[in-house]
Amino acid sequence: MIPFLVRRLLGAVPIVLGIATIVFFVLSLAPGDAASFFVSPNITPEVLEQMRRNMGLDQPVHIRYLRWMGSMLRGDFGISFSRNQPVRDIIAEILPNTLILAFCAVVLAFAAGILIGVFQAVRQNRFSDSSLSVVGLFFYSMPSFWLALMLILIFSLSARNLWDWPIWFPVSGMTSVDYPFMGPMEQLRDRVMHLVLPSVSLALVLAAGIARYMRGSMLEVIRQDYIRTARSKGLSEASVIFKHALRNGLIPIITLLGLYLPFLFSGAVLIETVFAWPGMGRLLVDAIFQRDYPVVMAGTFIFAVMVVVGNLIADVLYALVDPRIRYD
Amino acid sequence: MSSTLWSTPVSAMTESSDRLLPGRAVLTFVLPGLSQLMRGRIASGGFVLLLWLGFAWIPIMRWERVTGAISGPWDHQLALITWILGVTMILLWSFLQERREKTFHTISTRSQWSLAWRAFGKSKVAVASAMTVVVFYLVALLAPFLAPFDPAAQGSLLTERMLAPSLLHPLGTDQFARDVLSRALYGARISLTIGFVAVSISMTIGTLLGATSGFLGGKVDAVVMRFVDMVISFPRLVLLIAIIAFFEPSIFLIVAVLGLTQWPQPTRLVRGEVLSLREREFIQAGRALGFSRARLILRHIIPNTLVPVIVAATLGIGDTIVLEAGLSFLGLGVQPPTASWGTMVADGRDNLLGAWWISTFPGLAIVFIVLSFNLAGDGLRDALDPRLRS
Repeated sequence: MIPFLVRRLLGAVPIVLGIATIVFFVLSLAPGDAASFFVSPNITPEVLEQMRRNMGLDQPVHIRYLRWMGSMLRGDFGISFSRNQPVRDIIAEILPNTLILAFCAVVLAFAAGILIGVFQAVRQNRFSDSSLSVVGLFFYSMPSFWLALMLILIFSLSARNLWDWPIWFPVSGMTSVDYPFMGPMEQLRDRVMHLVLPSVSLALVLAAGIARYMRGSMLEVIRQDYIRTARSKGLSEASVIFKHALRNGLIPIITLLGLYLPFLFSGAVLIETVFAWPGMGRLLVDAIFQRDYPVVMAGTFIFAVMVVVGNLIADVLYALVDPRIRYD
Repeated sequence: MSSTLWSTPVSAMTESSDRLLPGRAVLTFVLPGLSQLMRGRIASGGFVLLLWLGFAWIPIMRWERVTGAISGPWDHQLALITWILGVTMILLWSFLQERREKTFHTISTRSQWSLAWRAFGKSKVAVASAMTVVVFYLVALLAPFLAPFDPAAQGSLLTERMLAPSLLHPLGTDQFARDVLSRALYGARISLTIGFVAVSISMTIGTLLGATSGFLGGKVDAVVMRFVDMVISFPRLVLLIAIIAFFEPSIFLIVAVLGLTQWPQPTRLVRGEVLSLREREFIQAGRALGFSRARLILRHIIPNTLVPVIVAATLGIGDTIVLEAGLSFLGLGVQPPTASWGTMVADGRDNLLGAWWISTFPGLAIVFIVLSFNLAGDGLRDALDPRLRS
């Protein structure tokens, strides 16, 4: 097991380096450079030229590439132009917010997707199965940002202003304005309430896809001989489905974790923008509009690395769960 | 692909139905589809009849625009060409259908494609979604004739701003007093063109690269696949906004970038297919005959990978449309005042409660077209896979 882990980790290293290379060359292909952030009528061309020299932008591409790789390996992402803060500090502060959101969304998506998929497989071709398939495909085809807006419209704006529901969800940021003045339990509740709509709108689209796979995977398992054996032993249907079938049905679903991560983070960029969630996605979008090069490069890189790490976790989980996988 | 000729006798041999009365012959060209509808072919007959009524509605209600289109801007000319082609095709279809009823037998080929076509036709959901896709594309092409208002024209900001849906503005107006329906119709052009062109680009690259890499194997394969791994690791939206942000956003850039970031998926898919294909007898036979590698790849490998590629392309168009909408939503896609569904959803963001229709309807349009592409893709997969055909 340990050699397998080491090999997988070592295999990820060239991919991460390659990603850094792609990020560098894509952004250096673009017209304009990092100094364009400072262009304004108050800056003379001489000062701008000096800035270019200070940032090393007068060097040829290969020198800049080596420098960028060198400082990246040391964990130095430069200094953000717009915030005047080391990019590493900004990311360290903001990355957990995205991870919380992504984690909640993944848990929700897999819980809902697996439950719905199992239910559909058990009731194959009945009305409940086919109607859930249609509903699922409907959500699967939905742009997450639009779903988010519709959830805001229903569960926040209308619920509060039109229908006077007892519960409505806040839609902006991670905490309320009066968060520092709340008691500990109140604070926890406030945070959870702020998490609900963003993670639900991220999770629903994923859950629809997971349910589709889960249904297929369970249908294959249920047909197998050992399930018939379990039934003929007189086990209860619940025990057959959840103890015997589910375990094997879950195995292919683990690969989905790795496959869906890029979609999840793409969705997070939009969802964070909609909900003003202070995460990596919003940081990146803001940085792009402000032409804050160091943040864009670091943010793009971190996103890709998160996907690689997520894939690693999925691989390891897969190997742990499925004894048929050989480690060599 | 063996295409054996079979002659199948058709029920039309009974004399009564095939002798066309003059009145029915006229009916064929006045209301095409009606006779099919009456014979019980509800889906195709009804669809053609509805399309025909839609086509007929255009010159009746929009006569000045149709006549003005000849010397008008290019999109009006394109709409006119679409209209003429559409009418011609419907009439031709109707004529051929009637003639087929009269002949004693039809000759149908039993190629793989015609078998698949028949299997596809059996799935009601797939047929309905394919029809929806056709209607969406027609709407996009004919938007200059269909739209009640100019999509970019602002009405009076005092009296016509954010009007609720009404007879005059069926989907309401937005915060600049523009008609939401007209904008949604024009927005269809952006989404559907970008989806189609970008997927064509990525599928072409992916098929060529995947086939070459899988067929050659060895170092080429290893390098290509590692590169695929890297590009797939980027959340696509992040990669897209990073690229687009530093260039000037334009439709061409977006199409190019969407197309150039999607190729890894088809590359993987095609490579997987090719790995098993290249060991098959017909490729060995080709090698023994001394065919060049280029000929083997282009003439013998790629045609056999087309089925999964077609399915992936159909599903990929849906993804691309959603992605383009996301970009436009962030303000990095199509630039205002050009209407696109993504920007329209973003327009309504600030007035969700007061004017829910601005965001809701364009979003629904996205959901329906993507849903149709996904269902059509599912239907295609079932129809094109001989193992799934009953």
